[in-house]
Amino acid sequence: MALLEVKDINLSFGGLRVIKNLSFEVDSGRIVSLIGPNGAGKTSVFNCLTGFYRPQEGEIFFDGESMLRRKPHKITQRGMARTFQNLRLFKNMTVLENVMSGMHCRTSAGPIGAVLRLPHERREEAEILRVSEECLDFVGILDKKDRAAANLPYGDQRRVEWARALATQPKLMLLDEPAAGLNYDEKERLIGLIRRIRDERGVTVLLIEHDMGLVMKVSERITVIDYGEKIAEGTADEVKNDPRVIEAYLGKEEDEAA
Amino acid sequence: MGGNHQDAAVAELSTGGLRNRIYDIVEVRRNRYAIYAALTVGVMLLPAFANNYVMEVFSNAFFYVTLCLGLNIVVGYAGLLDLGYAAFFAVGAYTTGILTSHFHVNFWLTIPFAVGFSIVAGVIIGGPTLRLRSDYLAIVTLGFGEIVRIAARNLKITGGASGLIGIERPVLLGLELSRIQHYYFVFFVLAVVAILISHRLQHSRLGRAWQYVREDEDAAEAMGINRVAVKLYAYIIGAIFGGVAGCFFAAKMTAISPETFQFNQSVLILLGVVLGGMGKIPGVIVGGLVLVLFPEFFRQFEQFRLLVFAVVMLVIMLYRPQGIWPESRQ
Repeated sequence: MALLEVKDINLSFGGLRVIKNLSFEVDSGRIVSLIGPNGAGKTSVFNCLTGFYRPQEGEIFFDGESMLRRKPHKITQRGMARTFQNLRLFKNMTVLENVMSGMHCRTSAGPIGAVLRLPHERREEAEILRVSEECLDFVGILDKKDRAAANLPYGDQRRVEWARALATQPKLMLLDEPAAGLNYDEKERLIGLIRRIRDERGVTVLLIEHDMGLVMKVSERITVIDYGEKIAEGTADEVKNDPRVIEAYLGKEEDEAA
Repeated sequence: MGGNHQDAAVAELSTGGLRNRIYDIVEVRRNRYAIYAALTVGVMLLPAFANNYVMEVFSNAFFYVTLCLGLNIVVGYAGLLDLGYAAFFAVGAYTTGILTSHFHVNFWLTIPFAVGFSIVAGVIIGGPTLRLRSDYLAIVTLGFGEIVRIAARNLKITGGASGLIGIERPVLLGLELSRIQHYYFVFFVLAVVAILISHRLQHSRLGRAWQYVREDEDAAEAMGINRVAVKLYAYIIGAIFGGVAGCFFAAKMTAISPETFQFNQSVLILLGVVLGGMGKIPGVIVGGLVLVLFPEFFRQFEQFRLLVFAVVMLVIMLYRPQGIWPESRQ
């Protein structure tokens, strides 16, 4: 069954059409990639899915419900979590506090609860702490939980983002260029982590990525877009040999001759 | 190894080791409780030695600490600039003023009304402005502050420009609160309650949400935080602090007029928050105290008093732009 269903979405900024009649599906329990050359509109697709942009036309169904015209926090609450291409951590807060933000949408304590510290609130705080630490442990940086997020090395900051997204307890995790800025070892570990997110936590993964090696290794299905349009879809091998994909990435042979 | 340690120690000494040591002492919980106990004993004993003038100054100082803590929730925690905070304080003062002087309602019963009206005022100012950022927000809040003051000046029920007189004194356990010593303790209790509530809020789910939104609104929204609701809470809770403080202010003065709630009142409260250190409770307390106590210390300079005060504040801001006691960062 499709967990995420994107149907004919169109997005324009003024006269510029960023996404054109794009449709694709993500089946539950899969690791799926959305790839395309620079400026193909990949991040715009993510922004549509997570409610930051509103496509002018089309439909987005997630877990059987329309996500169009919902605010980003509502979409996160429904079970779609994202990471950002350029890290967007809460820099002056600790690693643990960063990850605790993910539990916000799964808890409910308000101001009165906060002031009176009723048993319900205490239990909730303990639960936030437990889940957050568990997520940090999952990505392997529990030992750094009390450090300020800004002071961590880049690779670890990425992990904080993943832990933070995991703490929202999503059904679908959207990773926007998770391998950007990582070295070879870190990329290898990232592949392992993406698989563990799916295998151990049952979270479906949709990623945008530039690193073809990583995409081909980890994805079970790939959608290729160029200039906001879908140009190919299929398994890694199918996509790799598709002439339109080769053309989009490398240019036409005639072009080179000319 | 040894060399490294020495270097580190030297570096620490030269870059404010003393200050760090003071922080270390204060950050230890046991020491902190001892300091609180000493301060409380000091506050309790002061009336035995001090004259009415000193009592008046300190009640005023506690009052401003309460207001600064309220504004700190909006400015320090949620990061929303508010130049009209005096409006909330006015809402509370006028609620008590009108209900006791016109309708002879018991003072204590006016507090829930003041809380209610403060919430309404918080929603009125918060609702339409939540999509605005920094400078625009500042202008709108400034306008709101002026609207409240001008409305109070022109409405009949608020007594117009001459204001309200004959606000009834509260009675607590058979004791009519009328002497300055009474208000000294009332405002001290108010400030302590404000400190406790601020502390609990800061270290709660909502307190963290304020910080997330302050640091990065989009990321906070992506993590499932409803930024509109979170900011509205900040306005409402800040408004309640100001409103309740206003009730007691009205009771202490027994007369209020619109000129009490001028723009410079809002600026003064904001100054206390910024001067002390936004977002940090001890900092804001220090800021509120400085606000009231410094001009009194400078009385010896007579007509240059406010000039000296201004220069001192400029110097503090130049050398400690993050405030006297800023939020500590790991």
